[in-house]
Amino acid sequence: MDDWAQLSDDALVTRLQRAAFSYLLEYANADTGLVADTSRRGSPCSIAVVGFALSCYPIAVQNGWLSRADGAARTLKVLRFLSRSTQSDAPDATGNKGFYYHFLDMQTGRRVWQCELSLIDTALLIAGVLVAGSYFDGGNEENEIRELADALYRRVDWHWAQAGASGLSQGWKPECGFLHYGWEGYNEATILYVLGLGSPTFPLAPSGYVTWGLTYQWENLLGHDVLYSGPLFTHLFSHAWIDFRGIRDAFMREKSSDYFENTKSAVAIHREYGERNPYCFRAYSRNFWGVTAGDGPANVEIREDGRDRRFFGYMSRGVPYGPDDGTIAPWAMLATLPFTAEAALAGTRSLLDTYPQVCIQDRFSSGFNPTLQSRTGGWLSEGWYGLDQGLLVMMIENHRTGLIWEIMRRCGPIRDGLRNAGFEGGWL
Amino acid sequence: MPNAAVEDEKTFLRRVRPQHWKSPVPRSSYDLLIVGGGPAGLAAAESAARLGFSVALVERNRLGGNSLNVGSVPSKALIRTAHVCSTIRGAEDFGALAPGEVALDFSKVMARVRRILTRISAYNSVDDLTTLGVDIFFGDARFESTDALVVGSTRLRFEKALIATGARPKTPDIPGLEQTGYRTSATIFEMETPPKRLAVIGGGPLGCELAQAFCRLGAHVTIVQDEPKFLPREERDAAEILSRSMARDGVEIRLNTAVVGARREGGDKILETVDSGVKNDVHADEIVLCVGRAANVEGLDLEIAGVSFEAVQGIKVDDFLCSSNPRVYAAGDVCGELKFTNAAQTSARIAVRNALVDARQRYDDTLTPWCTFCDPEIAHIGLHVWEARRQSIPIKSFTVMMHDVDRAITEGEDTGFVKIHTAEGTDRILGATIVASRASELINEMAVIMNAGIGMEALAEMVHTYPAQSEAIMLAAQAYRYSTSSRFNAR
Repeated sequence: MDDWAQLSDDALVTRLQRAAFSYLLEYANADTGLVADTSRRGSPCSIAVVGFALSCYPIAVQNGWLSRADGAARTLKVLRFLSRSTQSDAPDATGNKGFYYHFLDMQTGRRVWQCELSLIDTALLIAGVLVAGSYFDGGNEENEIRELADALYRRVDWHWAQAGASGLSQGWKPECGFLHYGWEGYNEATILYVLGLGSPTFPLAPSGYVTWGLTYQWENLLGHDVLYSGPLFTHLFSHAWIDFRGIRDAFMREKSSDYFENTKSAVAIHREYGERNPYCFRAYSRNFWGVTAGDGPANVEIREDGRDRRFFGYMSRGVPYGPDDGTIAPWAMLATLPFTAEAALAGTRSLLDTYPQVCIQDRFSSGFNPTLQSRTGGWLSEGWYGLDQGLLVMMIENHRTGLIWEIMRRCGPIRDGLRNAGFEGGWL
Repeated sequence: MPNAAVEDEKTFLRRVRPQHWKSPVPRSSYDLLIVGGGPAGLAAAESAARLGFSVALVERNRLGGNSLNVGSVPSKALIRTAHVCSTIRGAEDFGALAPGEVALDFSKVMARVRRILTRISAYNSVDDLTTLGVDIFFGDARFESTDALVVGSTRLRFEKALIATGARPKTPDIPGLEQTGYRTSATIFEMETPPKRLAVIGGGPLGCELAQAFCRLGAHVTIVQDEPKFLPREERDAAEILSRSMARDGVEIRLNTAVVGARREGGDKILETVDSGVKNDVHADEIVLCVGRAANVEGLDLEIAGVSFEAVQGIKVDDFLCSSNPRVYAAGDVCGELKFTNAAQTSARIAVRNALVDARQRYDDTLTPWCTFCDPEIAHIGLHVWEARRQSIPIKSFTVMMHDVDRAITEGEDTGFVKIHTAEGTDRILGATIVASRASELINEMAVIMNAGIGMEALAEMVHTYPAQSEAIMLAAQAYRYSTSSRFNAR
């Protein structure tokens, strides 16, 4: 019998945070240090999850879940692997130009699924690398951590990724070169641009960030002013590393806001959308929200209550323009803890109380859809996704102690990148 | 062909291209000589004739241009039938039980299309124009000098000329496509039976309209677009809503996919595609090309007339629609970026005034609304957000989702939004984007509002019928008011 309701807020959050962190240990490869994308059998590594893992080891050390030596050893293992793995334009390399393929074989580190050399996932990886390089400031093997972290960051050729254009593509493949998909509209790519702009070796041209900003949409949506982006995770990912409170780029100076406040508005919109529940999905309310990227029921269609229901598999869902198929990410509400603690806790407690099945072994599933009925009271994603677990660990820690934000405030590339993007004020 | 259809066809031809047309004896010179009898040419002819000028019009094919013959009119007629099919299939959502599967009699569909063409051709017929005093010449026009052209053996002199020859479907250079065979928007309506499988190349407005319509008519449709989204001119959210709507209809969508070749195998027409390095084939019975339009400038001997032009973009004109020859103006698709019927007609009327009465009126298409007639429809007027931001204009959008509009909910047409873009800190409206089942109608309210210079404050006060989908426009203005008042209160 789950006893979440009996726990204090702090005890509940600590328990969920520790369980989320345990994913990163349980699904790490003992030889390479790479971490699996999901808990499913045969899952490859996601380099973004490795970035989250590297960011979470210091959290575990600070919380006493790992000894410092253990945290450093795990960190060093993966940094050594990344440093020594093949970087070339061969189709089965681990990466190219300092970037990494999105998905890698857990044992060999080779590219799988003909996936793309991913700019954003490399950025999330490198953000984790920089956390490691900043946190482990001691001697002995921690020296090597710092050296490798610095080398890995310096090796990334962000300028190459600009491909002679102003904006950035979403990736590159040896089979076809840069993908046509670019970054249009505000999203999770702020961390990508900041890291690229802070590079001492192959920096992005500042015009890239300006060009991206031209695609931003400042909207009044459901009664709230917001720099629009539909999926909730896009308002969270960069914030896992960067404390945006009080620092502003040109866009936010123009709007007299900042990206932290913007995420608060986004949360308010998600809650309002949940309450309005325009497509009559089961369970949606002000305490049942969190439409974002994540696993889904797969492509099925049913007729229900006189209307066709179309469901999707893993995809990026958003509010209020959609797509929305009634699937929420159970972890998402709690991940907004630093922004709207009351809403995050109220929603999470309500979810755990009503649908305890979304949290198995104290870890949240990637997706849950109560509209699509099944014997368990709704469709539930199998197992766990590393991205969800890593983000949750970081956001909870930022809320409780501000540890990652504090580490990254001292990180030279982050500071330089923010300044080069035009951020100023506050702690910067 | 049934008798009624034969009569329709005869009436239609009598109006747009009489079989035994006898050209009038030309005047020594015309105040205005118009080349092209599409929407721009017809609007110009009527406008100039009503102003009392002598007018000649040269048309090489049929009056009405693409719009009437192979464009807006037939496609909207077909889309209507497709919509009916879709409504019947979804009737159960409203508690109305349809008797079974929707069966289609394509010959009746096309007969209805022809009937509609015939009806609409009455409004700009040969008779109408001749009654207004316009001299009509059918044939290919070719400039002979800077103030004269020939049609067949007839020489026509002019004080001013207006080139309104329109545009035609572009045909990309795809290896094997010519041999494989394809249709364009100009030939798709010649089909006598609907294809079981249709491949559409191009995800612009026309490609999306045809893809969705034929899918709803029962074809298996695959649409191949080389960009990552449909409707590159539109907002991402609007394009994505349309993409999901088409997918719901059953259209097979291949975005970010280039067509690199075509071939025939047995009865199949096959498109060879590449998406991020991955090769695929698309099998179809028919292929339709919808990759944009190229201006009709060939064969006119524009060099002799001293008129500068480019092969695809067409005739170069100044803000007043005058070409490099001060006697010669241009209007419509042959020179305009917005290749829409309403833009053609508007530009033509302005060109006429500038050419004949020295009006010196600039042509500005900023306040020309346009619409993609899919379901939902996507309409726009004025500046896009990215255009404003590129011009360093602080911009803020006020959005009302159609699922928050009572009438849209009652109608079961709650997909989409009304988005009004304002100059931030003011109530000045810079543009609007509407995605709704009747966006083509709603956008016209925005056109009136913007042309009248009405701001969000006044718009918030305008009482709308209730319930009506246009209420969304008022609600967006009220959101502006709440936004400004709450800011005021916060201070």
